[in-house]
Amino acid sequence: MEAEIASPEEAVPEAAVEAQKEPETFYRHRRSTRLWHWLNALTVFVMLMSGLMIFNAHPRLYWGRYGANYEKPWLEIGSDSRSGFLKLGSARIPTTGVLGRWRDGEGNVKNYAFPGWATIPSQYSLADARRWHLAFAWLLVLPGLFYWLWSFANRHVQRDLAPSRSELAPSHIWADIKDHARLRYPTGDAARNYNVLQKLAYVGVLFVLLPAMVLTGLAMSPAMDSAWPWLLDLFGGRQSARSLHFVAAALILGFIVIHLVQVVLAGPINEVRSMITGWYRLPREKEK
Amino acid sequence: MIRLSRRRLIASLGAGAGGLLVSGCDRVGRSPAFQSLLTGAEDLTMKAQRLVSSRNALAPEYGEADMSPVFRTNGNTMPASLDYQAHLGSGFRNWRLVVDGLVERPLSLSLDHIRRLPARTQITRHDCVEGWSAIGKWTGVPLKLLLGGAGLKPQARYIVFHCADDFGGTPYYESIDLVDALHPQTILAWAMNGAPLSVGHGAPLRARIERQLGYKHAKYVMRIEAVDSLARIGRGKGGFWEDVAGYEWYAGI
Repeated sequence: MEAEIASPEEAVPEAAVEAQKEPETFYRHRRSTRLWHWLNALTVFVMLMSGLMIFNAHPRLYWGRYGANYEKPWLEIGSDSRSGFLKLGSARIPTTGVLGRWRDGEGNVKNYAFPGWATIPSQYSLADARRWHLAFAWLLVLPGLFYWLWSFANRHVQRDLAPSRSELAPSHIWADIKDHARLRYPTGDAARNYNVLQKLAYVGVLFVLLPAMVLTGLAMSPAMDSAWPWLLDLFGGRQSARSLHFVAAALILGFIVIHLVQVVLAGPINEVRSMITGWYRLPREKEK
Repeated sequence: MIRLSRRRLIASLGAGAGGLLVSGCDRVGRSPAFQSLLTGAEDLTMKAQRLVSSRNALAPEYGEADMSPVFRTNGNTMPASLDYQAHLGSGFRNWRLVVDGLVERPLSLSLDHIRRLPARTQITRHDCVEGWSAIGKWTGVPLKLLLGGAGLKPQARYIVFHCADDFGGTPYYESIDLVDALHPQTILAWAMNGAPLSVGHGAPLRARIERQLGYKHAKYVMRIEAVDSLARIGRGKGGFWEDVAGYEWYAGI
């Protein structure tokens, strides 16, 4: 969805401005995509924030089948009497004020991993966070499954999201990376299609991260482990699944951050409008 | 018919979503309508999980090599009641497990008697609601056997565990339905990791409900009661943490 940042008006020859008075629009996002996008915009944040509160109940991650206080975590957020820290392997990163030890809105010192502004609910409650998380999980999974199938049926995946063989050529990907790094986005007809990095990001979220999120979540359920024991084999045990659940969540958060930055860089009004109405205004061709 | 323009509709939806996320989450979370929505999701989750698992699907069992080197304790680790202290002091010689409620023949069983009944040994994973897991070996009598001996009345729908430990004077209690009560891995364990059950882990008897989270596995079980409804148990939600803190009664996830 990235578009060229409009070049300053004065740099465009007058004739070109004349020729491009009527910007070309085209129908980019189907209703199913728009509905799912905005539902997810809500659901994903509830899932992330309630998930962080659940993490606060035992802010340590392990690999393997079991893991509790006597085992060594690969990641831990904690505090001693004065400071908060994040431990990653043997590295200890001071995080006072943000992670492990922080002040709430009233200035009270709290010793939970993630701060109140990042969690649902804002005050410590594992029970409430679980209720939010496990209810909104249905909003993530059921419409997600429906969108999956629908997007294959209407060929959205095949036509718009799947990268072509030529796009996957390393030289093409490298060229696209360089374009992104220079904030140079396609214009004119080239902007009708997603670029290859975009396609890979969307396919990665849709077919790798979201399924990984759901399956690692289910693998943590003792009832699901009895129904579908292969879940544990797939991820190498329940505590590994819990770790991967957290890693996948972090990657999804990373996707959202990059996604939002790209929207802003590419022209937020056109981008947001197209995700609301479906109609996208083609960025003007650069002067030839 | 009121026609809401698309723009207005989306703007209000957007504002609603924003409000929900930024400041309103806590308020929304406390509203009764929203609470009942979340409770409905718990019911949906339970029905869906029961739908995809067969009634007797076994929780994964592990080998000796997979056991946690140290199995941490949780919740109460030493019941304060004088009654329990006396039983502990005498090695549970005069302790009795009571099985009553909606049964044909109420039982009162000594620990020796329970240990002589057919037992099941299983190495299973204990998943705390907080997120940690520990793997241990449990030996005990299948609950199904005790309920069979007592003879469940047709109206019985739930099994309630009444415990010797308490939080601030309220004795612990938990409950399960008959699907889990009659499950082959649901046992009343009197041994753990090859030794008599320690006090920290719930001596003399602890419930193992292997397809649910740790708080369902009641420790220090004194009495097993068959009931037709959970409304008269505690504050009506079926368990101590359910009543006090709002945890789900169905803890399969």
